[in-house]
Amino acid sequence: MYKYLIFLLLICFAETVYAAPPSGNEILDRIDHNYGVKTRISTATMIVRGRRGTRTITSKTWGEGTKKAFTHYLSPAREKDTKMLKLGDELWIWSPSADRTIKIAGHMLRQSLMGSDVSYEDFMEDPKLSGSYDVIVTGEEEIDGRECYLLELTAKKGLSPSYHSRKLWVDKLRYLPVREELFAKSGKLLKRFTIKEVFRLKDRWYPKRMVFKDVLKKGDGTEVIIESIEFDIPIAAHIFTKASLRK
Amino acid sequence: MIRFLIKGLMRDRSRSLFPILMVSAGVFLSVFLYSYLNGAIGDMVDASARFDTGHVKVMTRAYSELASQTPNDLAILDSAVVLNELKTSYPRMMWAERIKFGGLLDIPDDMGDTKVQGPFFGIALDLLGEHSPDLDILGVEKAIVRGRMPEGKNEILIGEAFAEKLGIKPGERATLLSSTMNGAMAMYNFQIAGTVSFGMMIIDESAIIVDINDVRAALDMADATGEILGFSPDRVYSDEEMKQLAGDYNKRFSNKEDEFSPLMLTLGQQGIMSDILRLATYAATFIVSIFVFAMSIVLWNAGLMNGIRRYGEIGVRLAMGEPKGAIYRAMIIESICIGMVGSILGTVLGLAASYYLQYVGIDISGMMQKSSIMISTVIRAKVSPSSYYIGFLPGIFASVLGTVFAGIGIYRRQTSQLFKELEV
Repeated sequence: MYKYLIFLLLICFAETVYAAPPSGNEILDRIDHNYGVKTRISTATMIVRGRRGTRTITSKTWGEGTKKAFTHYLSPAREKDTKMLKLGDELWIWSPSADRTIKIAGHMLRQSLMGSDVSYEDFMEDPKLSGSYDVIVTGEEEIDGRECYLLELTAKKGLSPSYHSRKLWVDKLRYLPVREELFAKSGKLLKRFTIKEVFRLKDRWYPKRMVFKDVLKKGDGTEVIIESIEFDIPIAAHIFTKASLRK
Repeated sequence: MIRFLIKGLMRDRSRSLFPILMVSAGVFLSVFLYSYLNGAIGDMVDASARFDTGHVKVMTRAYSELASQTPNDLAILDSAVVLNELKTSYPRMMWAERIKFGGLLDIPDDMGDTKVQGPFFGIALDLLGEHSPDLDILGVEKAIVRGRMPEGKNEILIGEAFAEKLGIKPGERATLLSSTMNGAMAMYNFQIAGTVSFGMMIIDESAIIVDINDVRAALDMADATGEILGFSPDRVYSDEEMKQLAGDYNKRFSNKEDEFSPLMLTLGQQGIMSDILRLATYAATFIVSIFVFAMSIVLWNAGLMNGIRRYGEIGVRLAMGEPKGAIYRAMIIESICIGMVGSILGTVLGLAASYYLQYVGIDISGMMQKSSIMISTVIRAKVSPSSYYIGFLPGIFASVLGTVFAGIGIYRRQTSQLFKELEV
């Protein structure tokens, strides 16, 4: 009889442990696991829906960790063969029209990337949020039929990331932030990011179609569709050099 | 009678010197301050009109809402058609297309790598056209410090202080990094033809001036323009006339339902210019009111002091049978004389100081380091016809008003008490 009671208690205890929600940092770690790949090569389509019409931009990106990325714009004609290189917190752009490699710095980083709702600063941002923000889980909500944890992130003392605070709705099963709101220090909402479609590759979930919306701009936002992506395949080291911009 | 009073004033200096000095000091300040404000505000309005607002400006309705951000994605398309409509409908006005834009100016070294770069704001105008009104409106040629005017495609002018800051000189290559009309990245190579100085910190320290057709090519704005500026033929801004013009244009060509339809705004309807114009309108009234108020109180006080000093004199005059009204009127006539002399003296001194400041000016560049207001770094006074009379009538009025209040005491004197008072 005692054996059964102890067994029953153990089961209850185990259930309690199992049901305890993960902490904010644990959730961020799980998100980092999804995004954190050694290398990736992707082709993406970016649809910019402005006030006067829609533009479609395609690009191919080579990425290594979170610090290195090389993007080659494939279309439209005006942007074709423009290349962009991110090395750590530095960003260079090469344009065939001027045949110049220019480092983007200062206030230019806040400019829109190819007219989209994404800024160069967003492009440069380290996706590992746990390094820059303190996080708390403030609740649970359902977004588009998916159960989500609601996280509130505030910039760590002494750090000044692009956005002072963020709200994340993280899918409880897939650990992807299906919705994200980015705020200025004043508390003003600046941008909204929504994942519309996801795909699974081995043990990680990755966004397939997402929408960025700069709420300070009129228009219907920028949709990014990952057309193809490969993870953890070797990338030649010369890709991530300034010399490759002019090739 | 008046000659008798003037003689009295001249012989008894304590009765006239202080009030005359007070009136002339007040009139001097009024004339000087009015001319100074006239110059400073006039300069600000003129500079804003030439470089930014025009006397009227045509933009799309959507652009006008965000005009301070120069949203070229909301620019006027088919600008040649809009310009033609303007020229046909209002032939007396001068019309000039402008594109304002911002970005980064990157100067390469011998290897083509970045040597130095800095943020700029650009003004695109018709630099190469033979009949371009903008060359005269902005006085571009006169502003050249080093180098020459652009003579062909892809040549730019750069602010002298900006060039010094970047350590570049005419003849060097510069790459412009900006955003196209569609928001895409724009990279375009230019040659620096010369440097310019307009005497305005904001322009001299960060501006580049480019031919509008080059900017159209660089920013993918074929047949588009951000703004069309209109200037009255005599280049003098009249708020009423321009409001009438803008009202007529908007009635004919603007459509509230279409955010990309053109909208004409007057200088006074743009940004802070409405406040500045209001300030200019009320400046004279404001200065004169303060002057009259303050001077009246001072002269009233002086009159009271004088009344005490002349207590015995007035008592004797009353005792001799002079009516109170006659004494009161005599004092007012005295005050008119004092007011006239003080006003003439103050006006002459005020005009002299204003004329001096009109030619010499005050260098305020030290205060304008981070200013974004379009105003010259040297503020000059401007003597206008109204400077000649702005302090004159208030000078007399303040003097009379002071005496009117101070002189009331005469009526409080009791004839029956006079001998008793005089015995004392």
